Formats: sequence, structure tokens, C-alpha cells
Amino acid sequence: MNSITLFLILILISVLSFFMGRKRALLSVNGHIKNLHSLPNHYGWYAAMSGLLPGLFIIFIWINAGNTIINNFTLASLGDDIRNLSDFDRTIYMNDIRNIVVGDAISRPLTEKMQNAANYYTQMKENIFLLFAVIAIGLSSFISFISLRKISPEFRSRNRLEHLILLSLIASSAIAVFTTAGIISSLIFETLQFLDHVSLSEFLFGLKWSPQTALRADQVGSSGSFGAIPLFTGTLLITAIALIFAVPIGLLSAIYMTEFASKKARSLFKPLLELLAGIPTVVYGFFAALVVAPFIRTSGDLFGLEIASESALAAGIVMGIMIIPLMSSLSDDVISSVPQSLRDASYGLGATKTETIINVLIPSALPGIVSAFLLAASRAIGETMIVVMAAGMAANLTANPFESVTTVTVQIVALLTGDQEFDSPKTLSAFALGLALFIITLALNFIALKIVRKYQEQYD
Amino acid sequence: MTDINREKSSFWASEQTLARLNRRYRKEKIFKFIGLCGLCSGVFALVILIITILSTGLSGFKETRLQLDIFMDPAIIGNISELQESDRIQHIKSIDHYALVRNSLRLKFPDVKGRRDIMNLQRIVSSGARSDIMQKLIDDKDIVGKTIPMNLLASSTVDMYIKGQIRRDVDQSERKISDMQLGWLDTLAAEDRILKNYNWQFLTSGDSREPELAGILGAVVGSFLTLLVTIAIAFPIGVSTAIYLEEFAPQNKWTDFIEININNLAAVPSIIFGLLGLAIFLNVFNMPRSAPLVGGLTLALMTLPTIIIASRAAIRAVPPSIRDAAIGMGASKVQTQLHHVLPLSMPGILTGTIIGMAQALGETAPLLMIGMVAFIVDVPHGILDAATALPVQIFLWADSPERGFIEKTSAAIIVLLLFLVLMNGLAIWMRQKFEKKW
Repeated sequence: MNSITLFLILILISVLSFFMGRKRALLSVNGHIKNLHSLPNHYGWYAAMSGLLPGLFIIFIWINAGNTIINNFTLASLGDDIRNLSDFDRTIYMNDIRNIVVGDAISRPLTEKMQNAANYYTQMKENIFLLFAVIAIGLSSFISFISLRKISPEFRSRNRLEHLILLSLIASSAIAVFTTAGIISSLIFETLQFLDHVSLSEFLFGLKWSPQTALRADQVGSSGSFGAIPLFTGTLLITAIALIFAVPIGLLSAIYMTEFASKKARSLFKPLLELLAGIPTVVYGFFAALVVAPFIRTSGDLFGLEIASESALAAGIVMGIMIIPLMSSLSDDVISSVPQSLRDASYGLGATKTETIINVLIPSALPGIVSAFLLAASRAIGETMIVVMAAGMAANLTANPFESVTTVTVQIVALLTGDQEFDSPKTLSAFALGLALFIITLALNFIALKIVRKYQEQYD
Repeated sequence: MTDINREKSSFWASEQTLARLNRRYRKEKIFKFIGLCGLCSGVFALVILIITILSTGLSGFKETRLQLDIFMDPAIIGNISELQESDRIQHIKSIDHYALVRNSLRLKFPDVKGRRDIMNLQRIVSSGARSDIMQKLIDDKDIVGKTIPMNLLASSTVDMYIKGQIRRDVDQSERKISDMQLGWLDTLAAEDRILKNYNWQFLTSGDSREPELAGILGAVVGSFLTLLVTIAIAFPIGVSTAIYLEEFAPQNKWTDFIEININNLAAVPSIIFGLLGLAIFLNVFNMPRSAPLVGGLTLALMTLPTIIIASRAAIRAVPPSIRDAAIGMGASKVQTQLHHVLPLSMPGILTGTIIGMAQALGETAPLLMIGMVAFIVDVPHGILDAATALPVQIFLWADSPERGFIEKTSAAIIVLLLFLVLMNGLAIWMRQKFEKKW
């Protein structure tokens, strides 16, 4: 039996409770529905849902915690010699046990002890799942039974039912909060572990990023310096190039589409720009690596410039292309929302369209445009795939767009998709970088919101 | 007073005024032109992108096959007519299929001598030809000792040459295909033995190290399973949250807090969700790495704010008169919501969900973090099997050095963009068909 079967059994119990609840309600008034407090269906739903929700909760606990529980049991059954291994070796050993169960390759020759442990693991998995299943089915049936017993003509089942529904709605809303809490707590937890190895000032103000920590005492080429400034400057350089490219084009497109274009042209161009927003960033990255970077390099050769094949310029330009729709649609909304009376007043004083735009519309829409700028910047800073595929990996502290730089997101991907043990400073630094990224993007969004709220004109 | 005014620059007919007016009109024209340029450069970038992808990718849907007469040499195959069925299959799987290809090629080109040249001759056929021959032997019992024409897949180098990616006129040391191999291919071409078919294998097989054998089926199924988990989790939770926030939530600090959280989550970069998935789902909950379950959970958390915001807008669009009418008839708040408001706002909710799913389909960064980046050859069967997703597959192929993978990457991008166009088109159609003007 597996989780799907258990889920289906719970559904079956609920369906049975529904029909039994209805029947019981109807029987208790001999078919005269108007003597019941709620509709017969409400009694059925109440019986069904009050049993289903606890059962689903048990399944939820199994999905999240089940594997951990089985791991701990198996670990407890092995000898002290396994338990006293370092965290890293113990994790590898448990991984091997799990691989034996599934039939994958393992990292050392198979011993009888490991085979026994694997059999114990499988046994435990079945037993504990059976335990959870019994608890879920038992709890579900028990609560459904109690609810069925409560059914009587005066029983306010509709109110109880709606109370249950409200509880589940509130629980769903809490998930958004839990997500944020989860993000912040996991990032902070790992970052604190990281700060045990590397001091905060070295991380924030150090100028050298070379996260190769020594695996052996005599390993060559490892320095383990975790100064993040080159990453921040790299991110800033690529973001700046992207914004230089995207802000004029986006803003001018928005102005043209709202003020100068005919309705037909606007209805043609607006979806085209929205199309740019819908393209996955992997495609942009591939485009950057395949077309844009070689093009820039060969045109650099034409002018005698030495441009790296993974230049910041290539990544920046493609990232700018990605941000154009964001800038353009947000500016479009803001400019359109300026009331016609301001435009008419300006025309009435004899201004041309251009003068109206530059002197009246842009200043009144400025808070919205600035907030669009900040949102676009935050999107560019958090972008991963384009830079992974088009920007370099070596941390270069430079302001030259023709050289290759690396960004925060590239380093996060590189550190976590390589093979390193999980609590070495190298992989923990990825979480520290993630926390920095999270704080920066959150701050930018917060400032954007504040600017709109404080300076945006309210027209009546 | 008026006399002095006539000399001032504010007189509407004076030369200075007219000159200034012309300057202003010219500025107007220039600004309009600049605006148009800005718009056109945006569209130009889109056009270049699409042209690049189409031009490199369309050839990925074709394959090159060589029609060769394969002699089923009994000396290599052995005596299999006496064996039982399962033994026969076992025996067929163990023979050297490549030798059959090699010998048949040597029969065709008898003047090829020397081990290296013979290996080069063998290399014009793909290594996947072995399974074709094996399948033929399993299917047909009587062909041992006969010579049958078979259409075998050409190797990637030959494929690239036939598609024009490798040029003949370069020096031999600068290209992957040697002059001798070109000579053999010319002979085969003269006999009309080089076939260009539609590459069905691309759509029906999993990933492979050889470009000519690589397909996207594993990635498509993985993406499908991941999206299934995403929608199963994000849709109920998102709609429930939207209903609660719009209708039932009291105006207090807790509600404000939830709303701020949701708006913040909508702006968080996707890689942070990947870190969340890694730290909590994989490390704390010990879920299986690379499984669509974990990928779906991570993407669900990422899509949740989009669905919530879209659903809230849809629910808000239902006019209060509907709610008042329902309450006036004696319905409770929950009944109003479930029986009246929700069905009316469902088109808007579904539109927002489909757009959210389309965004989730194209996401790569969170899936990289939770490990769906391994080289998976088999097609996954369930949400707990190791799998990969279509955008991750594109990312992996884009990194490969073999030339044949460029067209495969672009072809996979074309498939991905087709799915996205389909989903977005469905959302837009739904919006237009069911949009009610209250």
C-alpha cells in the first residue's frame, strides 16, 4: 500500500460518511426536511469533512517527516561505530543504504551489514507507513463516527461545516506566511553556520572571491577567500548595462504606444512586447551564448578591441531585452492613468505633444516610472539563467563591460550544483549569498512601493 | 504699449516666433521618431530571437539515415533457429551487432584497408544502429544468412555534414569529417542511399550522450509530472487564500501581514525558492532528490503569489449586487461564496492559473537547486522517480560541446515555446470568451 491508496481509502471513508450522514439526518425527521436545521447535504458534508481533514493532516505529516523518521530508526539500529562517524560520512553511509533499497549504485563494496541495514530500512518503511495508515484511517473513522452520532434535527451542522471551511481557508492563507518564514529561517540558519567559518566583515567587504576550500591539508590552489565585493560589483555592472539598454527603450515604447500610436498599432505592438515577457530565461541565455556573445566578440575584433567571449556586455544586453516588457508595461499603465484634463490643459496653452509629454506627463508619472525602474532593477539582480549561460565564473573586480564578470546568482548555482559536502563553508556561502540577494531585492521592492505611495498624485 | 509689444518676441507673426515654432515642430518630429525607434528596437530584438531559434532548430526535427545492405552473417550470429524464445533473445542481445555493420560496409567499400580506416568507415553509422539491428533480428526469425536493406541512423558528424553545418572546402585538419569519409558519403549519395527523414526519435526517446539519439520525451514527461504536482498544490491553496483575503478576513494587522507577505513573495527571485527547496524539502524533510514531487512543491510555492493575486482580482470583479442578492435570499456568507461568487469568478481564476503555470513551465533555476539536473536517460513513471524538466534539459544541452546538440537545443526550445504559446493562447481565449462586462 502506498500514499495514493491511503488517500483513496480516506476519500472512500468520507464518501461513505457523507451518504450515511444524509440518511441519518433524513431518518431522524422521517423525511420532513423542513424540520431539520440545515439541508440534508450539510449533515453529510459535515460528517465527511470532519473525518477527512484529520486524515489528510496525518498524510501530510507522513509526506514531510516520514523519511526522516525511517532514517533515524535505521541509524539507531546500526552500531555505535556508524553513529560516531562524522556527519559527512554518516550521510554518505545512509545514502548508500537507501541506494541499496532502490537498486542504484553505491559508493563502497556491499557488505552483509549494509544489506541487513537495507532490509531493516525497507521493513521499517513498511511498518511505519502501516502505523501512519492505521492512525489516519482510525482517526478519520472515529471522528466521522462521532460526527454521525451528533446528527439530530436541532444540530446546527451548516454552521459547524462553515466553521470547518473557514478554518481550512485560514490554514491556506497561513501557508504564504510559512513560506516567507521558511525562506528567511533557512537562509539565516545556514548563514549563521557560514559566519562561524568566515567573519562577516570579510564576507561583506573582502575583495577576493575564491571559494576553493582545502579538502586535504596539502591541496594546491585553494585559498578559501570569501570576499563578496567582486560578486556585488559584477551584478551591478550587468544590471547597469541591462538598465541602460532597457529603460530608454521601454520608456520610449510606452510613450509612443500611449501618445502617438494609432489604436491598431497599439493593439499590435503591445502583445508583441508582452511576448518578450513570456519567453523563458533559458532561451534568452541560449540566445546570448549562441548569437550575441560571438557577435560582440567579432565586432570587437573589427574595431581592434579585446572583448572576452563571456563579456558582461553580452549578458547585460540580453538581460536588458528581457526587462523591456516589464519597464514598458508598467510605464504604460502609469502614463495612461494621468487624466486627460492635464493633457488638454497643456494643449490649450499651445504646447505641442512632445512638450506636453516632457513637461507635463513625465513629471506627473515620474513616481510610477521610478518605481518601475526599481522593480526592473530588482528583477535583473535576481536573474539567474541568462548570466549562468552567458557570463563568466571567475570573480573579476572591474568596471569594464568587455571583460567577463560573475554575479551572485551564478555563484549560488555553481556552488550548489558542484559536489561538496553540505556544511563546508563553500556550500554555506551560497546561502549567505542567497540571503544577501533576498535582502537586496526585498529592499528595492519596498523602496519602489514607498515611492509610489508617497509621491504618486491622486487625481480625482 | 502695443507699439513696443510689436517688437517683442511674443508677437505671433514675427520672424523669431515663426522660427521658434518651426523648431518646436521639428523637435516634435524627432521625438516621435525616437519613440518609434525605441519601440521598433524592442520588436527587432524579439524578431532576431525567433529567427535564430527557428533557423537553428528546424533542422533538429530531421534526421539522416543511410540505406545499407546488411548481411546477417550466420558466422557472427550463430545458430539460433534451435533455441527457445527467451534464450534466442538473450543470445541476440549478446552478439556483436557492430561487426555486422562493419562487415557489410566493408563489402560495400572493398578497398578500405587498415584498422584505422575501417574504424572511420564504421563511424559514419551511429552507435544506435546496434539496437535497430538487434530489434530486426528479434522480430524476424528467418533473416539469418540473408542480406536485407536497412535504414540505419547516421552518426552526428555525418548528420551535421548533410545538414550543411560542416563545410567541405575547409582543410581536412579543421573539420571533424575526413576526406575519405566524404568520399564514401559521395558514393552513397550517388546511389540515393542517403535519406533525410523526420526525426520521430526526438519526440519519443529520452536523453542520450549522442546528439543523433537524444530525445526530449523524458524531459517532457518530467515537466508534465512536475506541473501536475504544482497545480495540485498551488490551485486549491491559492484560491482558498484569495477567497479568505477578499471575503472573510477582518481588517486587522494579521491580514495586512499576510498581504504584505504575498506581495513580497511575488517579487522574490526564483533562485531563492530553489534554496528554500534545497534547505527544507531535501535536507529537513529528506525527500528524494530530483523527484518531480520536490520540484512541484518548490514551483507551487513560487506560483502561489501569482495565482493569489490573479484570483483576488477576479473575485473583486464580481459586483457586490450578486453578493447582496444572495444574502438577501437568506444564504450564509460561505454559501454566497461557494455557490455564486466563485463560479462567476472562475474564468478569471483559471486564466490567472494558466498564466502562472506557463511561467512555472519555463522556470529553470529552482529546479537546478533541487537536483533535477542529472543526466536521466529513462522516462520517469511516477512523481517519485528521478526526472528532469524541459527547460533544464535545454540548459544541459546548451552546455554540451558537441555540435549536434546546438540544433537539438533549439528544437527543444521550439517545443517549449509551442507549449507556452498553447497555454497562453488558451488563457487568452478563455479570458475573451468568458469575460463578462458587469
